[in-house]
Amino acid sequence: MASQSIEPELTASVTDGALRLRGDFIIWTLDRLPAGAADAKVIDLTDVARLDTAGAAYLTGRERDGVTLQGLNEAQAGFLDTVRKSRPQPEPAPAEQTGWRAICENTGRRVFSSLSFLRELAEFLGRFLAAILRSIRHPRDFRFTSLVYHCQETGLRAVPIVALMSFLIGVVLAFQGASQLQRFGAEIFVVDLIAIAVLRELGILLTAIIVAGRTASALTASIGSMKMNEEIDAMRTLGLDPDMVLVLPRVLALIITLPILGLIADVAGLAGGALMSWIELGISPSMFKYRLIADTNVDHVIVGLSKAPVFALIIGIIGCHAGMKVGNDAESLGAQTSSAVVNAIFSVIVADALFSIFFAEIGI
Amino acid sequence: MTENVIEVRGIRNQFGRHIVHDGLDLDLRRGEILGVVGGSGTGKSVLLRTIVGLNRPVSGTVQVLGQDVSKLSGPAREALERRWGVLFQNGALFSSLNVRENVEVPLRAVPDLPPDTRAALAELKVSMAGLPWIANDKFPSDLSGGMKKRAGLARALALDPEIVFLDEPTAGLDPIGADAFDRLILELRDSLNLSVFMVTHDLDTLHTCCDRIAVLAEKRVLTTGTMAEMLKVDHPWVHEYFHGPRARAATASDRGGKE
Repeated sequence: MASQSIEPELTASVTDGALRLRGDFIIWTLDRLPAGAADAKVIDLTDVARLDTAGAAYLTGRERDGVTLQGLNEAQAGFLDTVRKSRPQPEPAPAEQTGWRAICENTGRRVFSSLSFLRELAEFLGRFLAAILRSIRHPRDFRFTSLVYHCQETGLRAVPIVALMSFLIGVVLAFQGASQLQRFGAEIFVVDLIAIAVLRELGILLTAIIVAGRTASALTASIGSMKMNEEIDAMRTLGLDPDMVLVLPRVLALIITLPILGLIADVAGLAGGALMSWIELGISPSMFKYRLIADTNVDHVIVGLSKAPVFALIIGIIGCHAGMKVGNDAESLGAQTSSAVVNAIFSVIVADALFSIFFAEIGI
Repeated sequence: MTENVIEVRGIRNQFGRHIVHDGLDLDLRRGEILGVVGGSGTGKSVLLRTIVGLNRPVSGTVQVLGQDVSKLSGPAREALERRWGVLFQNGALFSSLNVRENVEVPLRAVPDLPPDTRAALAELKVSMAGLPWIANDKFPSDLSGGMKKRAGLARALALDPEIVFLDEPTAGLDPIGADAFDRLILELRDSLNLSVFMVTHDLDTLHTCCDRIAVLAEKRVLTTGTMAEMLKVDHPWVHEYFHGPRARAATASDRGGKE
């Protein structure tokens, strides 16, 4: 019996419009039917040793076309009966709309869903603010341990990557700036270039982008997997508010740590720039420091770091919102995680552009 | 005496210092439905995983259809895997595929099977597992627990295996659904000539379906036998299990059904 199943054998012959099968008529041998099999009017199954669902499905299908089956033993006949009974009954699919109506409908749905996405984000922001107010009124409800833990996760753990990235950006800026400014003999202005670029824009923007990639995905994945596991529903039934327990500590931790990370990025960027200016242009670190303090307005640092809490809020709200949107299959977790990262980075850059316009208008 | 399709000999499973099985022997005969029962944590699921090769035992051998599971690799193992089907506890359906595509996954191993034939066969299996036509296009996340189990069963049966492993097939189903599932398993066993290895806690299932019952306790198979034999076993846990209030209700309804 065992050897049969490993090497299925089927010999089939067509004589006088009768198809004679011998051996195993199973899914592995379905394709070994001879060319004339489709025209046979009678199928003789006397010598069929094994018959499986695929074979039976073929036979019942032929039977409906008016073919006579011969030589079935009792068990096989019973089995064919089972297959015949459970033949699926196709039901008409609901008619799909076609043409321009479908296009209009799809467009409408998409516009509507993106609008409702914005509305949901606004709602989420409102709930976050409400949670802050609530924790001010009832400080006992606030999860301090959780806040510290998330500060460590999103802040402290991100220090090495943020510092390294910013240092390298400083190096690149100094190198590129030096080769351009040397043409005008204005090497010393590389300090201003680095200081303004890093302090005002790049330090905080790149930090926010790194944190968006790192933390928005983590927020979505952790909250999303809790959602999949019905933990969030369990919290609600236990009288715990997910906004207080999950969202508030995570977003607040981001708001606290992102300015600190931005400051670290600023320092690392300046250090990288100073090192490269020293190597490439011979501007000594003390000269760099003097030039930096004398010529660069401290406003740049304030402008740069004032954006950090807003970026943090954007990243946190988008990440947590995407986590709450996860359905109960693994695929939606992946889809929400990637869309959270993309949306967070995109929104951070848009917000940065708006900030630029704002600061230009008020003249800082 | 019919041949054994599964022979488990002297299995020892250990996780760290925790010994789950020690010197466990078990047989599954061709064409029978074997119910495996045991308290929580006695390693019923571990045993199932060991037999299908998902878990390597520390010592002992598992022979399935005359072949040692742990020694097989490559094509020989694939060939063996096609001869059994496994229904995991929650169906373990692929969440990115709809029900028809889930059932088609094992069918893709068959070379030269035209896609429309494959889809038709998958639909036939779905229907045999007792699901309506509309279930074919649904995704696992849209299905109820019972439907997921039926879809999982359809996938396990896709290649007409000789052995089916069922991990708590009726857990979480309502009594009517569980009863229908029991009858489905019996019907499929009779028509497809399956041998069924079933981990279950459902005393009604044990009564209606199982030809033999194996009790897992004290790190081994304590006893095997028919339901009638189980009722006579003197071991305190076995006695409690088959004579407890729930068991009495199941026995009573079973007798009532037969009279």
